[in-house]
Amino acid sequence: MTLGLTALELARIQFAFTVSFHIIFPAITIGLASFLAVLEGSWLRTKNPVYRDLYFFWIKIFAVAFGMGVVSGVVMSYQFGTNWSEFSRIAGGVTGPLLAYEVITAFFLEAGFLGIMLFGWNKVGPKLHFFATLMVAIGTCISTFWILSSNSWMQTPQGFAIENGRIVPVDWWAIVFNPSFPYRLAHMLVAAFLVSALLVAGAGAWHLLKGRHDALIKKTFSMALWLIAILAPLQAFIGDQHGLNTLKYQPAKLAAIEGHWETNKDESMELLLFGFPDMQAETTHYKLGIPYLGSLLLVHSLEGEVKGLKEFAPEDRPNSLIVFWSFRIMVGFGLLMILLGVLSLYLRYKNQLFDSKNFHRFAFLMGGSGFISLLAGWVTTEVGRQPWVVYGVLRTKDALSPVSAEQVGLTLIIFVVVYCVVFGVGIYYMLKLLNQGPQPLALDQQSGGPGHFKTPMRPVTAADDAPVDNSEPQDASTDPASNSNTDPRKLPSDEER
Amino acid sequence: MLDLSLIWAGIIAFGVLMYVVMDGFDLGIGILFPFFPNQPERDVMMNTVAPVWDGNETWMVLGGAGLFAAFPLVYSAVLSALYLPIILMVVALIFRGVAFEIRFKANRTKHLWDMAFIGGSIATALLQGIILGAYIQGITIVDQRFAGGAFDWLTPFSLFTGLGVLVAYAALGCGWLILKTSKELQNDMYRLMPKLALALLVIFGIVSLWTPFNNPTIAERWFSMPQFFYFLPVPILVLWSTYAIWRACQKQQQARPFIYALFMFFIAFSGFIISLWPMIIPPSITIWDAAAPRSSQAFALVGTAILVPVILAYTALSYWVFRGKIHVGSEGYH
Repeated sequence: MTLGLTALELARIQFAFTVSFHIIFPAITIGLASFLAVLEGSWLRTKNPVYRDLYFFWIKIFAVAFGMGVVSGVVMSYQFGTNWSEFSRIAGGVTGPLLAYEVITAFFLEAGFLGIMLFGWNKVGPKLHFFATLMVAIGTCISTFWILSSNSWMQTPQGFAIENGRIVPVDWWAIVFNPSFPYRLAHMLVAAFLVSALLVAGAGAWHLLKGRHDALIKKTFSMALWLIAILAPLQAFIGDQHGLNTLKYQPAKLAAIEGHWETNKDESMELLLFGFPDMQAETTHYKLGIPYLGSLLLVHSLEGEVKGLKEFAPEDRPNSLIVFWSFRIMVGFGLLMILLGVLSLYLRYKNQLFDSKNFHRFAFLMGGSGFISLLAGWVTTEVGRQPWVVYGVLRTKDALSPVSAEQVGLTLIIFVVVYCVVFGVGIYYMLKLLNQGPQPLALDQQSGGPGHFKTPMRPVTAADDAPVDNSEPQDASTDPASNSNTDPRKLPSDEER
Repeated sequence: MLDLSLIWAGIIAFGVLMYVVMDGFDLGIGILFPFFPNQPERDVMMNTVAPVWDGNETWMVLGGAGLFAAFPLVYSAVLSALYLPIILMVVALIFRGVAFEIRFKANRTKHLWDMAFIGGSIATALLQGIILGAYIQGITIVDQRFAGGAFDWLTPFSLFTGLGVLVAYAALGCGWLILKTSKELQNDMYRLMPKLALALLVIFGIVSLWTPFNNPTIAERWFSMPQFFYFLPVPILVLWSTYAIWRACQKQQQARPFIYALFMFFIAFSGFIISLWPMIIPPSITIWDAAAPRSSQAFALVGTAILVPVILAYTALSYWVFRGKIHVGSEGYH
């Protein structure tokens, strides 16, 4: 069960694995919740059915992602106690209240209004329903606020004292609004919006490639690309500012990201595009760099001091090889996102946004790139703050629970198997829904009939009934439940609302 | 000066009680699933809680986060002591939560999602009961850290409390379904409910005798004079509510079986608090020993005091919106 690893290594793998799986789902729900709020708001304002139909499509994807985000999040909330009890004991005085605030301000808000959002279309008036959607969207953002505050405090801790070996909060304002928090929060929120926008644009591109050119597909594709064109360059700017903040507060992390070993004084620093940092040899092999660009990006001038990794004791250095590459993966995809946004503006100007096959292929391939960048970015910041769990205060190795490697190994295996099966199936359903695409409601009025309106039970439900997909047998006589599968696309007429 | 630890202990007790009754009845539905193989009936059972289960489960997260904020020592020591059952429980919750999202959609694999829902619900209830039993029995703490073995939690007593929680949740679920269903399904529930209530009474009785037998401090608490008379209402009210449930089912009353089951739960929970007070990690750590720094408790309390009433208000709104019965063969909510 121990796989030849120590309890510490296994617990770190377990945390990295569960949190990486988890973050995928909140990233989708943060972005999609706001997208849904915009869609419903537009529908209420314009009464253009395209917005309503899109709302009823994207809410299905949202529901699956939300459910998986909740259950994988419950795992996270208990893992601090089970695997990292020394962290909880020592730093719980700070981290505990921040997480408690997340639960009472955000978690309940989302969960409380989710029922109305998913099932309440015909139970409540349009204004209250829109209010529920807004509350869920705001809840996801508040949630991000507290989680990022807590994470940022662990990266740039302040506002505390140490008494009897425990961290005691002194100034909550300083704790919540710690130095790296504004940058990290902005970076993560924009990342979540980008993840969702890329997913939406990718799905739109897929249907354009398959030959659908109706208003629903065009609208969804166009809205998502507007967002990408604005947010991708903005994200580059925020990332740059975040980098300056890291240089100031976590110079070892920055040196590791750049594969930068020797401190440069009064001379320029090159920006490495390629290389293999070697922790033993204390050098970076096969370097390929651009002169001056490193200085220009990091200190915004042609020369300026940037500390090298050798300034730090070997036991205080993060693994440069990992963060060097994870950072470049994140930035590389980020640059492709900017390219996608710029191309979309150009094609829009030329009036060819819905005609260029090559552009649609590009947008489709970029559909999942948000997730890759997101994970690569988190790997960079989390591996980069090692060997500390609370930067400069508590080492990761001192944060572990008194548990055996056997226990951690056993639960790690359970998590890997369960996550791959359960979330694998969930992701499969999401892809299947995306493949079916949004449908105009008028198409299946005949199956409901006048006065016989079905209302959404689970928004996921409708997936099998969509006309484009016949991969699963639909036999009502052997499966009576399929009759009670209700369909969000069958809605009351507009007059009724 | 306000005793913040006392206030926080009250809040956490409230959160745990909210969790066990609310997630209790929706876990109970999964536990009762095997008795109702008919798919349309299963759809109805699941639909009664589909809009609210997510909010119900959030109370558990509040319990965890509240402990983390106000009593980090409990959070760290108890969670590492109960390492395996807690992780297995959250894994069981994964199966259940995802089954909620996907079961209605699946055709060929629907029976697999039924199994995920049943297995997830039963395992969650059993493990919560095992956790409860292990907690009552006490946790070995040396120098603020868990110092026992990996399987300390596995005892005949904890297995029995596991069974107890399983039956208790089934009873709550049954009461809820009487409230939310009609016709044949409701009649089945009327027949099932008194049996579950009786089983629950027997289990409460055994646990009430077994606990003091194991633990002299708890025996002292209950059986010495004059406390014996102060606490005598607890067993009497449990007996009375069993009778009340039975009568309400005889008379086919809609809401009362559920209300009396909730009442029985509340009384049993108060018995649990009487046994342990003021220990927060039995047998020796009190709520004051385990307290977070005062600044932590105060900071978290401000938000909690303001927001918990708001949370209760919109939780009530959600239950109000989805009030009324769910019928077999209907399309759910009209």
